Amino acid sequence: MPDFGYTITKDRQLDHDHGDFRYISLVRSIEPSLDLCIGCGSCSASCSAAGFTDFNIRKLHTIIRRGDVESVKAELKKCMFCGKCQLVCPRGVNLRNLIMAMNRAIELLG
Amino acid sequence: MGKSVIVIGGGIAGMTAAGMLARQGYEVTLLEKENETGGHVAHWDRLFPDRRKASEVLEFTGEGMKDVHVAKGISISRISRQNNEFTVTCGMQDSGSVMKSHFTANALIVATGFDLFEARRKEEYGYGIYNNVITSADLEEKFKSGKGILTAEGKIPKRIGIIHCVGSRDEKVGNLYCSKVCCVTGVKQAIELKEMYPGSVVFSFYMDLRMYDRNFEELYYEAQQKWGISFIRGRLSECAENPDGSIVIRTEDTLTGKPLKMTVDLLILLAGFVPAAGTASVAGMIGLKTGTDGFVNPADSHIKNNLSGIPGVFLAGAVKGPVSVTEAIADARAAAALTSEYLKASIEEYA
Repeated sequence: MPDFGYTITKDRQLDHDHGDFRYISLVRSIEPSLDLCIGCGSCSASCSAAGFTDFNIRKLHTIIRRGDVESVKAELKKCMFCGKCQLVCPRGVNLRNLIMAMNRAIELLG
Repeated sequence: MGKSVIVIGGGIAGMTAAGMLARQGYEVTLLEKENETGGHVAHWDRLFPDRRKASEVLEFTGEGMKDVHVAKGISISRISRQNNEFTVTCGMQDSGSVMKSHFTANALIVATGFDLFEARRKEEYGYGIYNNVITSADLEEKFKSGKGILTAEGKIPKRIGIIHCVGSRDEKVGNLYCSKVCCVTGVKQAIELKEMYPGSVVFSFYMDLRMYDRNFEELYYEAQQKWGISFIRGRLSECAENPDGSIVIRTEDTLTGKPLKMTVDLLILLAGFVPAAGTASVAGMIGLKTGTDGFVNPADSHIKNNLSGIPGVFLAGAVKGPVSVTEAIADARAAAALTSEYLKASIEEYA
């Protein structure tokens, strides 16, 4: 069979039916306040790292909640743990511990 | 006193206004198109935000209108006003045959309420096509029956999706407005489903969550914290049915900016408010003004909210747009108070 050079592009949709929810269940057990997020973006708006990179903490933990973790792994390292996100969160989500928990989950589950 | 009032519409607003005026000694006639009073509340199991029984509210309201003359199965064919007296001409169902009847009164309260949005009109959501797509009203009927909530195949739904804004904030169905109470209804129903089936997961698909009144935001907080309900921001685009009857939904998770696909066993559509079918005809007979949304416009949205612009004609409840049960009751009491004031003063300009 000759190689015509065609490939199949993986679609970018979140397939919730085949998501990997091991990460989020571990993260949730360490930091249950994550459930209170209302997606307002106060955390990402106040983020020190977001001023210089495309790091978006609000988006990262939402993606993990949807069962996708691959696209998040490298991103998480951009956090400088200044904790401003936690100071502004209107729902009292313990964001610094949440990021620690996400790092821990990736460390444990690979 | 000898003065009389006709209330058009026997839902919670009409019942409340009728009862209040009758207790003040007015001769009150309540006209209801159905064969029972109670309107939508009669079909609801529990009310937000405290999940009290809807039947208790109805019972309380019903007890307050013992002296009201209630005429059921009414269809109004004509309303005329002459010398500050209104004559309502009706067809009346009486043991199968239709009789003509007239009612006269010194004042009218229009409380024709609302209808639920016909979810079949959002064809892409599959209501009436797929067996496991139901509306919030269907779900309440199921809660009320006490028989449990099962899929069409008779199984416990493991994954449940709740869709907000069905028929609301949607130009495609001609409704630009927000129905305002569906948000909190959806949160209430999510909690009730989770309470019934703790092992199931419930997802709510919303655009904004409008937790506008006291204790609503707290209910949302409880839904997240205590019940672990997942709220995903994004409007349902379309759904499809799997061979096993489950429903595949496609939406965008707008907070991650990615399209999202998910299979659910049961899909609940939060149907919004539309003006009651009877509102347009009653409004036409009296000369009431309606907005582009079809709801009746009061004389002034702030200070004459229960007045219609026509002397002696008052407005109560959801005839003016979406309201909660609490608001419908308060609004009906306000309408009744103003009606009484009008009847005592006989002010021609009271409009």
